[in-house]
Amino acid sequence: MSTVATQNFVPVAELKAAKGRSLWQDAFRRLRHEKVAMISLAIIIAYLVMAALCAAGLLFTNYNVTDHGAAYLPPGAGHWMGTDIFGRDVMARAAHGTITSLIVGFFGAALAVVIGTVMGAISGYFGGVIDELIVWFYTTVDTIPYILLVVAFSFVVGPGLSTLCLAIGLTSWIGHCRIVRSEFMKHRDREYVHGATALGAGHARRIFVHILPNVFHLVLINFSLGFVTAVKSEVILSYLGLGVAAGTPSWGMMISDAKLELAREVWWGLAAATFFMFFLVLAFTLFNDALRDALDPKLKSR
Amino acid sequence: MLKFILRRLLYMIPIFFGITLVTFVLFNVAGGDPAAQAAGRYATPDQITVMRAEMGLNKPLLNQYFDLVTQLFTFDFGRSWSSKQQISHLITAGIGPSLTVTFPGFVISLLITIPLSLLVAHKRGTFFDKATLVICLALTAISSVVYVLAGQYFFAFRWGMFPISGWDPSWDGRWQYAALPIIIMVSLSLGSYILFFRTVFLDEMYQDYVRTARSKGLGNAKILLKHVLRNALVPIITLVVLQVPFLITGSLLTESFFGIPGLGGLIYQAIQEADFPVIKAMTIISAVLYMVFQLISDILYALVDPKIRLG
Repeated sequence: MSTVATQNFVPVAELKAAKGRSLWQDAFRRLRHEKVAMISLAIIIAYLVMAALCAAGLLFTNYNVTDHGAAYLPPGAGHWMGTDIFGRDVMARAAHGTITSLIVGFFGAALAVVIGTVMGAISGYFGGVIDELIVWFYTTVDTIPYILLVVAFSFVVGPGLSTLCLAIGLTSWIGHCRIVRSEFMKHRDREYVHGATALGAGHARRIFVHILPNVFHLVLINFSLGFVTAVKSEVILSYLGLGVAAGTPSWGMMISDAKLELAREVWWGLAAATFFMFFLVLAFTLFNDALRDALDPKLKSR
Repeated sequence: MLKFILRRLLYMIPIFFGITLVTFVLFNVAGGDPAAQAAGRYATPDQITVMRAEMGLNKPLLNQYFDLVTQLFTFDFGRSWSSKQQISHLITAGIGPSLTVTFPGFVISLLITIPLSLLVAHKRGTFFDKATLVICLALTAISSVVYVLAGQYFFAFRWGMFPISGWDPSWDGRWQYAALPIIIMVSLSLGSYILFFRTVFLDEMYQDYVRTARSKGLGNAKILLKHVLRNALVPIITLVVLQVPFLITGSLLTESFFGIPGLGGLIYQAIQEADFPVIKAMTIISAVLYMVFQLISDILYALVDPKIRLG
């Protein structure tokens, strides 16, 4: 009798909420209340929109217009961030550089996350000899310095935008793979997996349909982390001469060109590329932190 | 403990095999025809054939692989394609200049960031903590190339406080050249180190022993220094040991910008000139160094934490 009575006092709205809210909805609700996360997300979206408008030829269309009479103009009325050696508008080139960075960040991180997830899932799920082989493989790759591995890879394939994405993706999956592996080891003996087995689910179904959704938040977090790493790697690889083709606007190329420009007191190319990169990387890092807190509330309680 | 060390030592064999195999595949199998690259763009097919024989590329792949392993054990990597010098000489000559910059830089970084992070972790949630956090994140959002470029531009070029680049091999003379690279290295590591140590210390701050220490009336200083710092030493030591191989191989960016004749500069030069034997030698040596220091860090870890060696 008393249980019935108390049940009657629970507001219907709350009952609905408690019933229908998944982990993702819960995380999204938490995220929406984080001011920093929302501002960061807005900045990231602004970059995406700017890159899309640049790529569509609607914004900063003068990025490739050369004017040899106007080389190395300091920032001023005509060119807010000055001009480069060919008299091209530095601000337009920095804005167009966003496209390169977003491509490298997205594909580099996506490749790393896909490889890491598949390898980690197989390794953790099956265990035994397969696990030992995969662990051996990633320990080996991890032992070789990241930058030399990327360099060696770029030499084999030849530099370019797709090489950048491939090299970064193929070398930065290890951290994610480790984490996914240990999660799968925990999950493979849980009751819901045994339940799936009893219902006749095969290995692939158990891995991808049953366990993977439970570790998918890690995929998202590591993607966002990998994005930042990839954007930063582009700069270093450009400096090493392994960046995108000359002429393609990219922050890495602008920063490495600055090595010669600074000797002539031309600082605006470096400043513009750093400025554009700074806010994207910072927004991504802050958003990633908030995302991790929202998806993994255990950590938040601190 | 002995059993753990032995097991861990034996595990180095497959890793070593893996390192040499990956390097071999990258440089000898996938990397195109090294002979054609060594002979240059205008070489005739005959010249390339001669080159192939000279470089031992006519041998079966298995023999070439054993050559690679022999090179490593005899520390004889042949000669550089560009400077024609013995690679082993280039490497031994580069360690000193690299360490001149990286070792003081690393020690200073630790001395600054560890106490600061301890303080930040202690004041967690306050404005001081949040401000430090934002500054550190901002510091890591700037590319390391920019640090080096801006440091050189302002301190050396604009204000003339340090030489723009160069090196003096004498012990006393090298410091005027090493000073600015050291400053840049410290400022580069500030952000990421503080973020790392802050997390390490925060992990400890929420442990039961801290609450116990507090409830028995210990002061903040005592809790932080005698309890938290001591327990946090394990991840700190791991970081320090795993950083040593990178100190030895030096910084690619700083050394190439400042003309320091260290191993980082050697790698940079080799990449610019597509000097395959040098890149290959440095790849293997760096990997083996890292493997050895990983072993050391694992053994240290096991000494501190019995769960590891018994589990």
